[in-house]
Amino acid sequence: MRLWKQFRGSYFLYSFLHDPVAMGSFVILALLTLAAFGAPVIAPHDPYDTTTINIMDSEIPPMWMDNGDQNFTLGTDAQGRDMLSTMLYGMRISLIIGVGATFMQAVIGIVLGLIAGYKGGKVDNFLMRMADVQLSFSTLMVAIFLSAIFQAIFGVAAFESMAVPFLVLVIGIAEWPQYARTVRASVLAEKKKEYVEAARVMGLPANRIMWRHILPNTMSPILVLSTVQVAHAIMSEAALSFLGLGMPITKPSLGSLINSGFDYIFSGSWWITMFPGLLLVLLILVINLLGDWVQDVLNPKLYKG
Amino acid sequence: MFAFTVRRIIQAIIVMLIISFIGFALKQNVGDPVRELTGISVSAAERDAIREKLGLNDPFLIQYGRFLKGAVLEGNIGQSFFYKKPAMEVILDKAPATIELVMCCTVLIVVLSIPMGIYSAIYPRRLLSRLIMGLSTIGVSVPIFLIAILLIYIFAIELNWLPSYGRGETVNVWGWESGLLTLDGLRHLILPTTALTALMLPLFVRLIRSEMMEVLQTEYVKFAWAKGLPRMRIWFVHAFKNTLLPVITVGGVQIGTMIAFTILTETVFQWGGLGFLFLEAVERADTSLLVAYLIFVGIIFVVVNTAVDIIYGLVNPMVRITGRK
Repeated sequence: MRLWKQFRGSYFLYSFLHDPVAMGSFVILALLTLAAFGAPVIAPHDPYDTTTINIMDSEIPPMWMDNGDQNFTLGTDAQGRDMLSTMLYGMRISLIIGVGATFMQAVIGIVLGLIAGYKGGKVDNFLMRMADVQLSFSTLMVAIFLSAIFQAIFGVAAFESMAVPFLVLVIGIAEWPQYARTVRASVLAEKKKEYVEAARVMGLPANRIMWRHILPNTMSPILVLSTVQVAHAIMSEAALSFLGLGMPITKPSLGSLINSGFDYIFSGSWWITMFPGLLLVLLILVINLLGDWVQDVLNPKLYKG
Repeated sequence: MFAFTVRRIIQAIIVMLIISFIGFALKQNVGDPVRELTGISVSAAERDAIREKLGLNDPFLIQYGRFLKGAVLEGNIGQSFFYKKPAMEVILDKAPATIELVMCCTVLIVVLSIPMGIYSAIYPRRLLSRLIMGLSTIGVSVPIFLIAILLIYIFAIELNWLPSYGRGETVNVWGWESGLLTLDGLRHLILPTTALTALMLPLFVRLIRSEMMEVLQTEYVKFAWAKGLPRMRIWFVHAFKNTLLPVITVGGVQIGTMIAFTILTETVFQWGGLGFLFLEAVERADTSLLVAYLIFVGIIFVVVNTAVDIIYGLVNPMVRITGRK
């Protein structure tokens, strides 16, 4: 109860209620998330249930066009799956991978960033050099290479059956330097403060100081970074799936749906590509707008370097 | 400065060694070169003989050393299983297409982003600046393959103005397959270049704008105003010069991103360049070619990044000094 009261009186909520863009983005994002995770209940068809799919229904245009079918609001794809349902299920996969990959990056990045910042010296030098080198290759490139390598090692079939954890891992490894750099920079700034010195004088072990004293104070830059990174991860996943290095078409994410529709765009079936594309852009746009707002409100000192 | 340069070059060599090591380890563990060479109908004893002859029974590090020696001295980074040619040759065959695409984009980005960035920094409240910034926010949120597909749908399918795939007619100029010299080749170039530029442009416009705005607040610019220098001189000679420094560094890093995005662009437009080759290699499980691409792109990245760092160190003494700590 006290927490709720504190939250109601906070500047965070106040600025949220006075920013129509942030509120609008939040509402849209909430609706999209709800629709994605409520897909088994909301969606009119089940795209994973092959018994209900009829190949004769393939490439039906949206219902307001000629030859449209009342059964399929946004038309069907090349395999006869209802576009609306497939998109909802696809968005669920995109969101799961996006959030999962961000969590993965955060775990790797925070641990390494804390160690680098707190220990300093050789460890710091080594870890940050590694981050520099990896960043100079651009995260998307690293992700593309990693999934190509994983596919080569485990074979396409194994990769496809385990695609979600693999993609979380790939995008997580590809983007950890972002977190490590941010965390390290704030750790360096916090380390000089008196409370850390006090803790050290009391003889607390380094681990306790790192995790219980410094980490909570680096939370606001981490939060700001996280919103941006979710959008980034969703985008990376879509790019990988579009290249055929991500989710297989039997369990499509938004990216693989766009990819599968691309083959049919020349025969005039634009809806297979355009609807998932629009949904993807909307999803990324609202997360980015929310990220801008969070950054303005929390206004963390984003230390450079 | 000399010490700085040497240190950067040593670092670049270490990075290259690590990349080649990863690439080589990958090649060792995926696929069996003897099977690729012989097929299934060869007896186990013969296979062992070939294995011994090729030196595949040697310790890993010795094999790596041999691979490294071949790579450095002869540029030999393996044999493509699919093309049955040295991987380096295959890559150099396809490279011109990608280089032309990237060059055209770079020119467009430089020509467009500098005026747009400067304008929106000088007049942040004007309608045009807001339009530029708004478009760049949306531009950041749209994945490149969607831009590409939209362009194809509008200009190739609906309007039928431009071709949607391939490089068109090319001319061979001293072994360089160029599409820049024929009308058909140029027509094919328009859509991929637009797609790639549309993706990279917002980034640079935003960067130039924020750096320029920061520079315009500094003391020396205020002093220039106080001296009564002409506006154009302050903006373009005094302020813009210092805006360029961070743009150079980010530009170097962005080359990596650009190469990653050529993979996506080339896939959509069936552009016969390196990115397309890479994806084909993945689909055909041509590990050798994959590793060769990894090493080739690695070299480009490392060379570009090192060059950018050294140039940056030359123009900005602060980097050299802080780099020494």
